[in-house]
Amino acid sequence: MLRGVDLTVATGESVALTGESGSGKSTLLHLIAGLDAADSGEIALAEIIVSGLNDAGRAELRRDRLGLVFQQFNLIPSLTVADNLVFQSRIAGRHDATWHDELVERLGLKNLLRRYPEQLSGGQQQRVAIGRALAPKPLLLLADEPTGNLDEDTADEVLHLARDLVVRTGCGFLMVTHSARLAATLDRQVTLHAGVVA
Amino acid sequence: MRRALWILAVLLSHWRRHPMQLATLLIGLISATALWSGVQALNQQARIAYDRAAATFGGSRTAMLVSRDSATFPQQLFVDLRRAGWQVSPMLEGRVQIDGRSFRLLGVEPVTLPSEVGTAPAVGRGTLQAFVTPPGEMLVAPETLRDLARKEGERPQANGMSLPPLRVQAELAPGALVVDIGIAQDILKLPGQVSRLLVGKSKTPHATLDSVAGDKLHLVEPSAESDLERLTDSFHLNLTAFGLLSFFVGLFIVNSAIGLAFEQRLPMLRTLRACGVSARMLNTVLVIELVSLALVAGLIGLVCGYFIAAALLPDVAASLRGLYGAQIPGQLSLKPVWWFAGIAISILGALAAAAASLAKAIRMPVLATAQPQAWQQAQRRWLMFQSAAALAVFAAAAVLIQFGDSLIAGFAVLAALMLGAALILPMVLQIALAIGQRSARAPVGIWFWADSRQQLSGLSLALMALLLALAVNVGVGTMVDSFSRTFLVWLDGRLAADVYVSAASDAQARQIKAWLRDRPEVEAILPGGRADTQFGGAPIEVLGLPDHSTYRDNWPLLESAANAWIRLRPGDTCLVSEQLSRRMKLAIGDHIELPAPGGNWPLEIVGIYADYGNPKGQIAVNFAALTRHFPQTPLTRIGLRVAPDKIAPLITALQEKFGLDDRNVADQATMKRESKRVFNRTFSVTAALNAFTLGVAGIALLTSLLTLANSRLPQLAPLWAIGLTRRRLAALELLKTMAVALITALFALPLGLLVAWCLLAIVNVKAFGWRLPFHVFPLQLIELLAVAMAAALCAAALPVARLARMQPATLIRTFVNER
Amino acid sequence: MSASGTITRRAFAGGALALALGGKGFAQGFAGLGENAEGFAAVTPGKPFVFPVDHGPHPEFRIEWWYLTANLSDAGGAAYGMQWTLFRQAMTPGGPSEGWANQQVWMGHAAVTSATTHRFSETFARGGVGQAGVEATPFRAWIDAWEMRGLNDFDAQRVAPLELRASAADFSTTLRLETDRALVLQGDHGYSRKSDRGQASYYYSQPFYRASGRIVIEDKAVDVTGTAWMDREWSSQPLAADQTGWDWFSLHLPGDEKLMLYRLRQKDGRENLFGNWITPDGRSTEIAAAGNSIAPTATTEINGRKLPTSWRVTLPARHLAIETTPVNPKAWMGTSFPYWEGPIRFSGSHAGIGYLEMTGY
Repeated sequence: MLRGVDLTVATGESVALTGESGSGKSTLLHLIAGLDAADSGEIALAEIIVSGLNDAGRAELRRDRLGLVFQQFNLIPSLTVADNLVFQSRIAGRHDATWHDELVERLGLKNLLRRYPEQLSGGQQQRVAIGRALAPKPLLLLADEPTGNLDEDTADEVLHLARDLVVRTGCGFLMVTHSARLAATLDRQVTLHAGVVA
Repeated sequence: MRRALWILAVLLSHWRRHPMQLATLLIGLISATALWSGVQALNQQARIAYDRAAATFGGSRTAMLVSRDSATFPQQLFVDLRRAGWQVSPMLEGRVQIDGRSFRLLGVEPVTLPSEVGTAPAVGRGTLQAFVTPPGEMLVAPETLRDLARKEGERPQANGMSLPPLRVQAELAPGALVVDIGIAQDILKLPGQVSRLLVGKSKTPHATLDSVAGDKLHLVEPSAESDLERLTDSFHLNLTAFGLLSFFVGLFIVNSAIGLAFEQRLPMLRTLRACGVSARMLNTVLVIELVSLALVAGLIGLVCGYFIAAALLPDVAASLRGLYGAQIPGQLSLKPVWWFAGIAISILGALAAAAASLAKAIRMPVLATAQPQAWQQAQRRWLMFQSAAALAVFAAAAVLIQFGDSLIAGFAVLAALMLGAALILPMVLQIALAIGQRSARAPVGIWFWADSRQQLSGLSLALMALLLALAVNVGVGTMVDSFSRTFLVWLDGRLAADVYVSAASDAQARQIKAWLRDRPEVEAILPGGRADTQFGGAPIEVLGLPDHSTYRDNWPLLESAANAWIRLRPGDTCLVSEQLSRRMKLAIGDHIELPAPGGNWPLEIVGIYADYGNPKGQIAVNFAALTRHFPQTPLTRIGLRVAPDKIAPLITALQEKFGLDDRNVADQATMKRESKRVFNRTFSVTAALNAFTLGVAGIALLTSLLTLANSRLPQLAPLWAIGLTRRRLAALELLKTMAVALITALFALPLGLLVAWCLLAIVNVKAFGWRLPFHVFPLQLIELLAVAMAAALCAAALPVARLARMQPATLIRTFVNER
Repeated sequence: MSASGTITRRAFAGGALALALGGKGFAQGFAGLGENAEGFAAVTPGKPFVFPVDHGPHPEFRIEWWYLTANLSDAGGAAYGMQWTLFRQAMTPGGPSEGWANQQVWMGHAAVTSATTHRFSETFARGGVGQAGVEATPFRAWIDAWEMRGLNDFDAQRVAPLELRASAADFSTTLRLETDRALVLQGDHGYSRKSDRGQASYYYSQPFYRASGRIVIEDKAVDVTGTAWMDREWSSQPLAADQTGWDWFSLHLPGDEKLMLYRLRQKDGRENLFGNWITPDGRSTEIAAAGNSIAPTATTEINGRKLPTSWRVTLPARHLAIETTPVNPKAWMGTSFPYWEGPIRFSGSHAGIGYLEMTGY
């Protein structure tokens, strides 16, 4: 499916991965995150051979180096916003109160902390998800159609916030999107076509 | 560690948001543990009591030598055997009447008593001299002292002499009076006679039995179980079976609650994985969560189990006393092992119930995959497999009926029947629903049946629970009612005299009879008597019946030779109880040799009668013949025929004249009332457990439906979208639930009747020795059907009501989320 | 002479009975022998012994025993020991009642000992029904299947010939005992004093038996021959209350001389030595306590108890100084009232074989 894809995302850089439906862009993202295993071939992330890791290794990779944001937000419905925000950094053992407060401030979640995800709008939910992913200060933030369930204005606003935070965190940002408009707002665009970088 | 705690906190947050689900899970675990451990507590309690009884010298755990042809034999045989190297100890057993009540008197020889005979009363140290030197001591259990209404040191009168001073010995079984053998020989007027020789385990070389005792004695090998244990096996097996059934039904609940929680938490689990929790870590924490919940539920369940056991204990004790004469103390005492076992069973049960969900969690990919729509194919394979298993189980049951001949086999048949029925239930439902689908015309109708079929796999566990609970209820209910009807008719015949008198002594009995002869209202005086002897290696009763029309006309016989009552008169024939005839394979026309003090008494069997509720075998003979062959028979029991309106005044006069109390004189109505009360208590435990089981099955159905309701939204949403109102949808859902419940209940009825037949024709015969006629009680069946439908209605109401009130947004969301 | 020794054995035996029958516990089990003998006959000096009557029981006295030990060897010379004992104790004074009301309780002990094993057994019986008892004529002492019986040409003065049998789960023995010499009165003409406070017993022995027979251990039979020693003793209160135990020796000296010697230990640590020296012609002389001593030289630990199984015996007046060693130091009788009893060897001024019994350890 994917052939010889070589992507570089610099510190603080945001890269959009685009391509038509079925071009393999989501699959690529999943492979990088270790969510999916490649049938053959090799996935390398910086010096780490992702495809050579077992489940525990891939989990550790996600926990310690990556932040993930999904189209469905994937918040935990039984946890409050506050708890949703902290639990990944807690599990990773990298909770930083100052950074956490700053995240809450910047994402504008201060008044929503005690609510449950189902009581939030889509944009609010996605902001919580971005906060959760960035709370442990990952090396790379991966987002799969993060604005797919949001209207255009909200999408722009969320994406803007994400980019600011990526710069503030100093991590890389790789976003899969089918929207050329949104892709254009990022630093760099990579287009996949039939499994090859176009 | 901290990481695990955080993950656990996240997992647990689910229960905070879904307290009902948590409650269901806990209720399932608690009820499973409670019923199981409650039943275990009862069994344990009883077993302690049996051990106590068995420890009272010469329970069947000790090998013994008994006479081949008479109830007692000369103690010289004891001496001869000792001189030949046999480690034997003599024992004399008989009955004494104290205050008109009969007690078992045991004469033991403490110096030679084998140490392994068990908690021998603390003869030995310090007390041997007091025990063996006249007047000696009479050891009794604390309960017996209470029954006697005496204090330690008092000397009750019996057989015209003062018995030895009473002394309490806590390890003794209630009802037994233990004295030195020499003193027992005096009391029972059997000088130089012993009833049996207990054989010690030590293997001293000894001469052969024949060379010492000729053919006078024979060796009865010890059995691992005590008489009481063997007799009461059925009762405890019955309790255990119920406990097990309730336990499994409870696990159905746990299974569906965990299944639901797992389905609902799938996104959470995926998110956790995506956020860097490894599969192994997640599974470990899932197991920890489950074990913690099981621990909490197990503890609560144990406490509930304790209370259930404490509440049922009086009834159990009454049943065991009524059925087997087993004395169980009313105070519940539990061993530590019971608590550990209870907790363990809760945890193991929870793990077993969660096995499927946990296995799914282990195999779960991080990314949600599209729902496979091949459910129909999977379901068909699953149905075929289950049905094949069911047929195999049925075949096993058939083989067991054909060749099994034990109580265990009886219960195995029952278990196989139920298991097979449960396994085949989905197929039965499938076929019934398929027929419904074929006969449907309207599109909604077709959908109705088709969708019911699709629901089957999700509901089948709960429906199986309902099926089993219903079948057991039908079976046990039918058995109890059959028994009740038979028993009452039988009781009317058995209690034929109008007034029953039990005199304190033979002398008093003579005075009473003399006085009664002058009373015009007394139409007949019917002397009665009962002797004890051994027959076929087990103790039996010999009942003396006077030759009187009261017996000829009323005494119920199951089978008899021609002119049985007339042939009974000369004293060379007898009637045997059904239990004895089954155990010893005796039939009319058979000749038996009954051991009696004066030598064997040859008797021909001319009739077989029912003797429900008697743990011992019984033989009925002519009263005069009985007193000839058993001269020691107390003649204290008298039955009277009295004109109905004269009964009460006569009883009052008897009581005043002879100082008798209610225990010594009673009218027929009182006796019947007492018998019925005992009878009813006998089955009250069964009834209580029955109700528990049905209740638990109802909860299982409810939780299954709740589980299904959520996962079924995607199926319902399209119907709503194409124009069915929520109310209509809810009504259809309710109807579907009721339909499958009804099919299940209808299937349960014949199964229940089959269970009843098994209980009456196999289990009862093996357990009690009697076979009861099989009656069907249609009203009872209808009632149970109604209860089942009500239970289904209650269980379906909550999810359906929720559906009816569901926000359209929720339905819409299913489309959005479905991808 | 060995009168006091026998007393000790019997005493202990009586103690065992007292325990099994309801003595007030171990410590007093022994003291049971020192219990008040009120209602029972008293032991007084000067009793004329009459045989065979005195071979039979004396129910007016509280306790009594028939005690036999044998030093045996097989064809290859391996040493064995054998013990056969019947004890009688009356629970209450008064003439014996009939049947089960009989107040006599009987206890039997039997044991065989080799260098490598020691087997023992005990059994109990109540009197009055025939399970156990002793009859003087014809002589017969029995409990269960154990029996000591006078043979056809039984001579009451010699207490011989006798046949003796005992069997238990893991051993059995039969012996025939013969002698051409008369029995021997111990102590002072059969009056054996145990303390200064009047405790005493009647005591006679037959130390001159030649024994032959068979010992079976675990179905392995060995034909044996040797010497045997019988003690007969009865009393109502043989021990003083403060006497805690004894060490008793019966020794076969060279030249067919016999020595019975024992030490009674007291609570206050003092001890009394008693004994009789018996010449081959049957003359029995009491040994004075002064100047003589028996003292342990080595101990063996059995079941947590330290037992002095080797001894030094010195009787300066008799020019005797010997060291004794056990054939099997583990000859422990783990019966209801436990004690040590087994064959010994000795050497020094005299060499030979004998039996040792130790109680109260």
